[in-house]
Amino acid sequence: MSPVIRIEAVSKRYGAVAAVDDISLDIRENEFLALLGASGCGKTTLLRLMAGFEQPDRGRVLIGGEDMTLSAPYARPVNMMFQSYALFPHMTVAGNVAFGLKQDNISGDVLKARVNEALLAVELDRLGDRRPDQLSGGQRQRVALARCLAKRPRVLLLDEPMAALDKHLRERTQLELMALRKRLGITFVLVTHDQGEAMAMADRVAIMESGRILQIGAPRDLYERPASQRVARFFGDMNIWPVTAGATPGTLFVADLGLEARVASGSFLNGGPLTGAVALRPERIAISRTTESETGQGVQGTVAEVVFLGTASTYFVKVPAGGTVRVVVQNSDATSVFAQGDSVHLSWSATALTAIEP
Amino acid sequence: MIARGTSAGSGRRLVLAALWLWTAIVFFLPFALVLKISFAEAQLSVPPYSALFERVDGVVVGLKATLANYGLLATDALYFKAYVGSLGIALIATTITLILGYPMAYAIARAPSPRREVLLILVMLPFWTSFLVRIYAWIGLLRPSGVINTALQAMGLIDAPLVLLNTQGAVYLGIVYAYLPFMVLPLYARLEKLDPALLEAAADLGAKPWRTFLSVTLPLSHPGILAGCLLVFIPAVGEFVIPELLGGPDTLMIGKVLWNEFFSNRDWPMSAAATVVLLATLIAPVMLFQSLRMRAEARP
Amino acid sequence: MKPSRRLSVTAIFLGFGLAFLYLPLAVVIVYSFNASKLVTVWAGFSGRWYAELLADRQILDAAANSLIVAVVSASLAAILGTAAGYAFARFGQFPGRATLAGAVAAPLVLPDVIAGLSLLLLFVALGQAFSWMPERGLFTVIIAHAGLTTAYVAVIVQARLAGMARDIEEAAADLGAKPFTVFRTITLPMIRPAVAAGWLMAFVLSLDDLVIASFVSGPQATTLPMVVFSSIRLGVSPKINALAALLILLSLVLLATSAWIGRGALKRASLRP
Repeated sequence: MSPVIRIEAVSKRYGAVAAVDDISLDIRENEFLALLGASGCGKTTLLRLMAGFEQPDRGRVLIGGEDMTLSAPYARPVNMMFQSYALFPHMTVAGNVAFGLKQDNISGDVLKARVNEALLAVELDRLGDRRPDQLSGGQRQRVALARCLAKRPRVLLLDEPMAALDKHLRERTQLELMALRKRLGITFVLVTHDQGEAMAMADRVAIMESGRILQIGAPRDLYERPASQRVARFFGDMNIWPVTAGATPGTLFVADLGLEARVASGSFLNGGPLTGAVALRPERIAISRTTESETGQGVQGTVAEVVFLGTASTYFVKVPAGGTVRVVVQNSDATSVFAQGDSVHLSWSATALTAIEP
Repeated sequence: MIARGTSAGSGRRLVLAALWLWTAIVFFLPFALVLKISFAEAQLSVPPYSALFERVDGVVVGLKATLANYGLLATDALYFKAYVGSLGIALIATTITLILGYPMAYAIARAPSPRREVLLILVMLPFWTSFLVRIYAWIGLLRPSGVINTALQAMGLIDAPLVLLNTQGAVYLGIVYAYLPFMVLPLYARLEKLDPALLEAAADLGAKPWRTFLSVTLPLSHPGILAGCLLVFIPAVGEFVIPELLGGPDTLMIGKVLWNEFFSNRDWPMSAAATVVLLATLIAPVMLFQSLRMRAEARP
Repeated sequence: MKPSRRLSVTAIFLGFGLAFLYLPLAVVIVYSFNASKLVTVWAGFSGRWYAELLADRQILDAAANSLIVAVVSASLAAILGTAAGYAFARFGQFPGRATLAGAVAAPLVLPDVIAGLSLLLLFVALGQAFSWMPERGLFTVIIAHAGLTTAYVAVIVQARLAGMARDIEEAAADLGAKPFTVFRTITLPMIRPAVAAGWLMAFVLSLDDLVIASFVSGPQATTLPMVVFSSIRLGVSPKINALAALLILLSLVLLATSAWIGRGALKRASLRP
């Protein structure tokens, strides 16, 4: 199936800054793609290139197989939901929703029906006569959504749509958006800086930094198999240690742990000059008082610091080789509680270690 | 920048073309003509100046330009005094306006909210009132049988009326009076944005109020001071109504000279030359003002 | 406390400044009701000067001329100034931008005598070059005033647009509206208060102008300030006091209108998150 949006080697500079730096990306029909990154990483510029508010310095933007690199926003079959919602303050809710339809010369009963249908989809059908300044933040957000949906776009572009909502409303809206998308079968492209939001909602996540896509994939793949330290850092505080080739073939030497480790995956294991690192998720590490004979690997250490987080605790364990290991333990049973200075044993399965590029 | 489709491009071109045409009519062409006619000679004809190009059957065969007007401007003491007088009067009046306007703007900016808006409107109101009426009001106050002299005589403070009207002092007064709102508004706009926390921080760090004012408030309101002074100084240099109505025979200002040259002597080339020189004098302050506006625009 | 003492110094300046601004106007208004022909001697309350004023054909004609010029030139300035403000706020960088901006804004500061003389020379030259050009009169005053006041409208509209986030216009384009439709249905309704405020200011400036009108008007087109000026030159008269009082009243009405428009704009602007 051909992609609904194809970004082909697109670059966009503002003066000396490359907002988007040679990005190629296919967005599949019906998928939910999240562009994830810190502010200034180029994710919003990429979205605006799709909507037509910016034009690339190089490369092409194809929508539905058609080259729309230079097409004006009004000529593109995509719609954007703005972070500020950008509701027309001088029009009613129904007027806002009808605006886009009127541009397609839809009028009369058809217009009324389409407006009503869109308002019904966001449960605002009874507020059609209100003006935007008479609505709550959450209601405004849904008007913005209805306004886009009424146009029945091929792709809905969402620019940080939940940034202005409080935490509780945000979670509810996330679920609503996902349900709505399943029902309507529209491709969603979401721009966000919130990795939790991206992970929870998207089929695929593209992690961006400095105008480039660092890695793109399903949320679980990115979480389990980050390709680089920079990606790994996006998902919580990973343990990352530099490695050199081990004495035994197929192993890596982790100097910080004083340990030769077997690594399940990693592209650079087959000889050659070795520069790299391994990553280990803190919650994949088992912590105990005694050395247990497990199939995995392990090190001995001393608890240097304990941070109590409610449902979980984080331990910083100092190992004799000099490194520090971060361990996250669920506070579900009282037996696994350790204090500063306790001598502990850490262990993990071989598959938990991931070799990554530096 | 929002890039638009082809029809947008043509709409934009249309708007820009209209603006260029309009500025050509009301700005570029008139000044080109002023420059051209300043090189012509006055003569009794319609229009009352000589042609710059000699034409035979519509073909330009020669150029007849004269620098005589500029020569006269440079040598005639009257013009020189008028220029220097204009600049001096404008400079002194601007300084007085600043000294009066700055504390006013400061007091308005520090006033609590509902009162602040009222004060601001009070300062703006004279700007909406007829300029002529405001100058006229001062004639009624200053003339020998005017309100001030009558009051002073009634109180027995003076025996004979003081000469207040048609003096240099009345001109300063008129300029300060007429242009005070132009000074207060940009100063207020600047002072209002000043974060009170900065002053508190300075006070907290041990600075006395006067010291805080000199080292924090004054430097931070510098663009407002500059904008206000330019808004008063530039038009004041070319002022005609105030020296004409409030000034005396010894008040020499270039706006008045230019007016008389044009309306009384009907010497158009001479007034054109005087305009060119006035413009040249004002180009530096005008450019400064424009660059101030551009900077304010870039950093809202 | 020290800051409060300093505040009182500035408050004294403010009080003095406001008294300085308003006392002369108050005197004019009071004496406009003076029964005596001798302007400074109070001889009882009377409205006779207003009656005489309203019977003065010359003044009434001039007032009518001024109103026509002010309405037409302010409308022209509102259109051109809105176009200029929009271009500078929304077109980004274009060739000649700084030059055009300078030319549009120059009348903000240029002395009136310069504008008056240069525009007169233009009208004379145009009259020579094109036989179909109308005689100097109200038409030329209208063009000259619009040239002056376009700058004010442009500044007000540009400031309003600069303070208005673009995303609302972008949303309209995104929903399929072509640029002119965006301007007509979204931008214009949102900047309407700024355009109205600009129109009012242009109207006031046109009504107030003496110098430019004196240069460019023809013999049949005398405006109110021209009549006022020539009678002031002859001295203070109670009739002019009455006219001045009426003009002050008019300015109050206009400023109130402007403040009212501004309040509407403020209310709408507060909607943005």
